[in-house]
Amino acid sequence: MDTYVQVDPTQKLDAYKAVKKIPLDEYFTSGHRTCQGCESALVMKMMAKAAGPRTIVLGSTGCMYVANTTYYSTSWVLPWMHTQLGSSGSAALGAAAALKALMRKGKMKKEPINVIAFCGDGGGADMGVGAISATLTHPDYNCLILMYDNESYANTDIQLSGSTPWGANTTFSTPGSVRRIMHRRWKKNMAGMMAAGHPTCRYVATVCMSYGLAAMNSIRKALAIGGPTFIHSLDPCPKGWDYDPYISHELGELAVNTGIWPLYEVEDGVLKLLGRTQQIAAKKIPRQPVRDYLLKQGRFAHFTNDDIDYFQSKVDEMWEKWLVPGVIPFKADLEADAAPSS
Amino acid sequence: MAVATVIEEQKKRTEETALITGSEAIAVACKLADVDVITAYPIRPYDTVMQYVCKLVANGEMDCEYICAEGEHSQFEIVKHASACGARVFCGSSGVGWMYAMECLTVTPALRVPMIAMVGNRALDDPGAFGVEHNDALAVRDLGWQLVWVDNPQEALDTALIAYRVAEDRRVFLPCAISCDGAFLTHSQALVKIPTQEQVNQFLPPYDRGDLLLHPDNPITVAPQGNEDWVMEIRRQNYAAMERTYGVIKEAYADFERIFGRSYGNPFFEEYMTEDADIVLIGMGTLSVSVKVAIRQMRKQGKRVGFVRMRWFRPFAAEELAKSLQRFAAIGVVDRDYSFGSPYAGGVLAGEVRHALYPGQGKKPPVLGFICGLGGREVTIPDVERMANAVYDAADGKKQPLTQWIGLRE
Repeated sequence: MDTYVQVDPTQKLDAYKAVKKIPLDEYFTSGHRTCQGCESALVMKMMAKAAGPRTIVLGSTGCMYVANTTYYSTSWVLPWMHTQLGSSGSAALGAAAALKALMRKGKMKKEPINVIAFCGDGGGADMGVGAISATLTHPDYNCLILMYDNESYANTDIQLSGSTPWGANTTFSTPGSVRRIMHRRWKKNMAGMMAAGHPTCRYVATVCMSYGLAAMNSIRKALAIGGPTFIHSLDPCPKGWDYDPYISHELGELAVNTGIWPLYEVEDGVLKLLGRTQQIAAKKIPRQPVRDYLLKQGRFAHFTNDDIDYFQSKVDEMWEKWLVPGVIPFKADLEADAAPSS
Repeated sequence: MAVATVIEEQKKRTEETALITGSEAIAVACKLADVDVITAYPIRPYDTVMQYVCKLVANGEMDCEYICAEGEHSQFEIVKHASACGARVFCGSSGVGWMYAMECLTVTPALRVPMIAMVGNRALDDPGAFGVEHNDALAVRDLGWQLVWVDNPQEALDTALIAYRVAEDRRVFLPCAISCDGAFLTHSQALVKIPTQEQVNQFLPPYDRGDLLLHPDNPITVAPQGNEDWVMEIRRQNYAAMERTYGVIKEAYADFERIFGRSYGNPFFEEYMTEDADIVLIGMGTLSVSVKVAIRQMRKQGKRVGFVRMRWFRPFAAEELAKSLQRFAAIGVVDRDYSFGSPYAGGVLAGEVRHALYPGQGKKPPVLGFICGLGGREVTIPDVERMANAVYDAADGKKQPLTQWIGLRE
């Protein structure tokens, strides 16, 4: 097999069996100045904890750069380096390649070191998608790319990204008196795209920190499995989504329970729906109406009932029409497509 | 198989000679420098260096991570991070490829990353041209990159080794781009002395990132948000590092001469037939070849013309150059580049030369600028004679445009 994949050993990172088994050590600590209720900061904290001390973190431009690394007050206990907005994939690859070369050539002590590069949805789903895609095709390098998705360029004033939900009010899609819906693009399906498009990538997962233990275990699996991996995290953002910070956790749960944010992992090509998403797919629990989720957020306050119905219909389609429900938007047949009358 | 030949000869531990191109010479330098991570992306003409690197890796002659990136932006970002993690790195590009990596080119010196890059100088689009122009490499002249121009494969190989030595010196830690004129140097062969591995090991110490190493044993935060609180002080550190390069470059050339037995004289610029010259031309890169031939011909007609070839453009040895140039009755700067709307509509080098002369105490000879050889057009011997004649006219005080386009189809 060495001829085909030459991957170095990784750290042994077993799943945490319960919350109480999670270590108390923190590797992302005080010193940051994220907003109250910021779920992305929680992702950083849990990601660092799940990875442990023998880890290098590369962070692309975005909230989790600007807010976390004010000079002289870094919140990182781990070695951390900034990378350019579209470069999370390249940063991960470069660090992993250096470690591999230096250890093989005896220039650095041999040991498995985790490499994590993170990016926001702007850096990942928009600008950096090419570099992430390229890295996921390099089977020899152990690295994780984690995209924390708060569904806008939240650091620069809440501008829409390719990952912003349909219709949302952002500073680049402000509803006006003539045009109510300025953002008419459906959110990119990043995790599905990464899983479907990179057959040798051994692990892709979606997570949400409302389900912290599961998310940390996904991160540990992504780091331990070997080769490049990708995790997409949905992070409620009080500032960008316009809600009271105390409901961040609840909004994450609602995103899952409405079916808008399916939780799943694709391990060696095998898809597994996780948690509440699995129960929804198995019809053990009903999907909550998207209205419950949308109306809690100021960014959808301009929605009419028709807009909500449209949103609901698109989510229904994910679950009822997609060949792989919630994951891959291929359909078996063209429907309502009668032959044209001659 | 020139590469295989080169490697065979290496094993003999004696300095051998090989017929290789400028690109191949730099690939051999990468092998001798035991580079750890190399990233490739295709664009003519620089990419020939990566084709040679690929062969060296495939034949087991070189042990490195050789990564084909999906664009120049990633190409430069990958090695930037590899260098931060302690790896010796090599990269390169040409023309618009170099410009595609521009964001990464700005952060690399700012982060004090001693990346070595080859620029196979190429005209920027549009219109498309594969030939040489120097505007690609010059685009980074203000950012903290060391920029050096070479004009033959031997100098390419030697300068690559010197570049690693200087860039990775803890007093410097700045990237260096080695400019090789597209086609004229990247694709032209010459006999090159290949140094032995022992010599190179003696000359080039291992890359030691020291307390800037990104590693779990050294958990630092690299490139935080500085803002108005600290950015100015950090810029000043880069300024100081660049100021130190003058001394470090001199040291490196002296050591190079001691170990390899080849001398380049003044590291910063080469002077050709200047001892008794009335006037001089100044230029960079391979136009030196036709200029030198033309000078030899003109001297047969009694015209005492000299030539100064700038090797290091950053750092720019202004005081030394000014001191040397004050000897001549007039100066002609030959630019293979342009800077539209610049003072006197001149090229980049012309502006630098005038700038270098201005503060000095001594004589200030008239400076004429010439723009020629754009898009890979040949700089011919009659072109050089035309320029020399114009410079003689300037020495005589004859009025004429300060910038003239030479070899232009009217």
